[in-house]
Amino acid sequence: MEAIAFWLPVVWAAIIGIAVAMYVILDGFDLGLGILFPFTPEEERRDVMMNSVAPFWDGNETWLVLGGGGLFVAFPLAYGVIMSGLYLPIIIMLLGLIFRGVAFEFRWTAKPHHKLWDDAFAYGSIVAAFMQGVVLGGFLQGINVENRQFAGGALDWFAPFPLFTGLALLIGYALLAATWLVMKTEGELADNARGWAQYLLLAVLVIMVMISMWTPLAFERIAERWFTWPNLLYLSPVPLLTAAAAFACWYGLTHGREVLPFVSAVALFLLGFLGLAISNVPYLVPPSLTFWDAAAVPESQIFMLVGVLLMLPLILGYTVFVYWTFRGKVREGEGYH
Amino acid sequence: MDFDAVLLARIQFAFTISFHIIFPSFTIGLAAFIATLLIRWRLTGRDHLHRLARFWTKIFAVSFAMGVVSGIVMSYEFGTNWSNFSVVVGNVIGPLLGYEVLTAFFLEATFLGIMLFGWQRVPPNIHVLAAVLVALGTSLSAFWILSANSWMQTPAGHEVRDGIAYPVDWIAVIFNPSFPYRFAHMFTAAYLTTSLVVLAVGARYLVKGRFPEEAKTMLRMGLGMVAVLTPLQIFIGDQHGLNTLKYQPAKVAAIESHWDGSKPAPLVLFAIPNSAEERNDFEIAIPNVASLILTHETDGLFQGLKQFAPEDRPPVFPVFLAFRLMVGLGLVMLAIGVVGAWLWFRGRLFETKWYLEAVQYAWPLGFIAILAGWYVTEIGRQPWIATGVLRTADAASPVAFGAVLFGLVLFVLVYGVVFSMGIYYINRLIEYGPKGAAAEPPEGVPSRPLGAADRAARGAIEGT
Repeated sequence: MEAIAFWLPVVWAAIIGIAVAMYVILDGFDLGLGILFPFTPEEERRDVMMNSVAPFWDGNETWLVLGGGGLFVAFPLAYGVIMSGLYLPIIIMLLGLIFRGVAFEFRWTAKPHHKLWDDAFAYGSIVAAFMQGVVLGGFLQGINVENRQFAGGALDWFAPFPLFTGLALLIGYALLAATWLVMKTEGELADNARGWAQYLLLAVLVIMVMISMWTPLAFERIAERWFTWPNLLYLSPVPLLTAAAAFACWYGLTHGREVLPFVSAVALFLLGFLGLAISNVPYLVPPSLTFWDAAAVPESQIFMLVGVLLMLPLILGYTVFVYWTFRGKVREGEGYH
Repeated sequence: MDFDAVLLARIQFAFTISFHIIFPSFTIGLAAFIATLLIRWRLTGRDHLHRLARFWTKIFAVSFAMGVVSGIVMSYEFGTNWSNFSVVVGNVIGPLLGYEVLTAFFLEATFLGIMLFGWQRVPPNIHVLAAVLVALGTSLSAFWILSANSWMQTPAGHEVRDGIAYPVDWIAVIFNPSFPYRFAHMFTAAYLTTSLVVLAVGARYLVKGRFPEEAKTMLRMGLGMVAVLTPLQIFIGDQHGLNTLKYQPAKVAAIESHWDGSKPAPLVLFAIPNSAEERNDFEIAIPNVASLILTHETDGLFQGLKQFAPEDRPPVFPVFLAFRLMVGLGLVMLAIGVVGAWLWFRGRLFETKWYLEAVQYAWPLGFIAILAGWYVTEIGRQPWIATGVLRTADAASPVAFGAVLFGLVLFVLVYGVVFSMGIYYINRLIEYGPKGAAAEPPEGVPSRPLGAADRAARGAIEGT
């Protein structure tokens, strides 16, 4: 294989991986706030929770479009197979995102009759987060492909593993959101969040251990990747760093730190994501399509790569600028409405 | 995938994209309008311009949120429902959509945060810059999306090998033959649509004697745009039609419901096209006028539907009807612009009650015309999804009928609830008016206890 035909798909898989990781982190705490809504019935606190992400949520969800769009551009075949293979979870996730997205604006305009949009935000976020986990699980368990087309059933995702990963992502997002609230808010809301985060952290660790055992037992390719020599040695930093991040998060939560819990929860997520990536490289649609099987022609990948290399630093730059502009604690009664 | 599932997938796409297009068509123009208001405010220091900008920003926020969430759906439907489309033309269309996300979507979504929430967080000039960047983002977004759509209408710069389209010349792909016309036509339509909404809201306030200063500014700015853009739009539309005649003659034949290409075409004002017998029933027509419009000669000839094999013809009636609706609304807009300009010239615009009473209801005209126009061009492209490259029937995903039906039903229910509530809330914001902003603390106050004040004010109107 020519070098360019080998490396371009690899670079593109990395770019899409970065976009998905950015999405999971950024929209993770954003969706997580909706998951924590049922535990926070007080109107003022809900206002603060929503205001803490209101300036960012559009930008956060744009990473989802980049993930989907990037897949379409660089790997049209994988895009078609994954989207049609996981048709129902994706459609239901999108509908959940609609409810929670419009709630940001509708909720304020509807006040004092905003109960409906509180619920829309909470349940929309919960449904979207759960379905994203199901999509992840459905993707990991494998998609049936014949003749370069999806050839499975509409309910293949309705199986123990995807449903478990759905629940797992729900809890993970709730952890990100609780640590976000520790960082961005103060008073009783922040204290409550600190308490929730400790339970959520423990739950996340249990889940990570379960997935680390479940996937190699269920999928031989994953067992082979991790538990053969010398992979075992090279990959050992991943679980070690994960343990360190978990410890830092716990330490931050129990020692009154405000930023450390969020940062280490993000690290925990990134390491989990890295672990899943290691399990599945080089499959884009496990277990049938690799990066190279599904790639668009080099002309398309290069044309788009130029745009990514020019634009991605700029996008990251103004994303940082917006987060910097709205740095610091969010207080009750703040907002543009 | 069987025929019925393809039909359902088409209905689902038509339904979701029809809802989606409403919001970008509004926010493209509105972003530019808000940026203009803010720039004028910075230059003149007149407070009512700032109040207006804040008022329209709230409406923008609600519309943009609906545009974002319905747009995310679109970016996934290519895969969920049209996976074969992705495989066959993804090499060519994909990068155009990718560039839209990279250059436009991130720009608008990120700076929207500052535009909405940064009034006191950043210096005023940075805030104005954020509004300008949001406007730029919405325009760039239109550029790429229309380029992708135009390529589906008039593909260029590619070659087909083994049934898959490969890019050859990117400039030719992006600036394909129908793109400049479609972009000009849609962009003008978006500005025109927003201008009509602004004009209608100004008239609504003036009729009720509310916010006279703001209302007069809205009337002047809205009407000025309508008076200039409508004639321009009619000219662009005519040019676009000639371009379509050159590249998609079957679409023009359907628009004119013109069956027999061996004779000059009349302008058909009304008819029920009869596809089985290849003629029009109940036709009311003006002889030779369609030939005059399209060929600039009274006895000029252009291709009729009979010259295309039946399986290559688009459905005639919806294209024919939607085109007449679009042109009819264009003529109404022309009348609004001409009459308003004349009243303005005579200095009677703000006192002419019947005119204000009428134009306060003009706000939906642009939206309906845009939808009608898209129905013409999209149904007129059938049976192709990408003209000459891929047929719609061959583009669909291998998804079961039941799953598509389930998705469609959910979309109809959710969109019905969410978007009718959205329109209800926008109407409520308009009813509330720009006065909320007038009660706000002066610029430069870092913390904003205004949420509470605003809520109290909102509660007060609730009570009435």
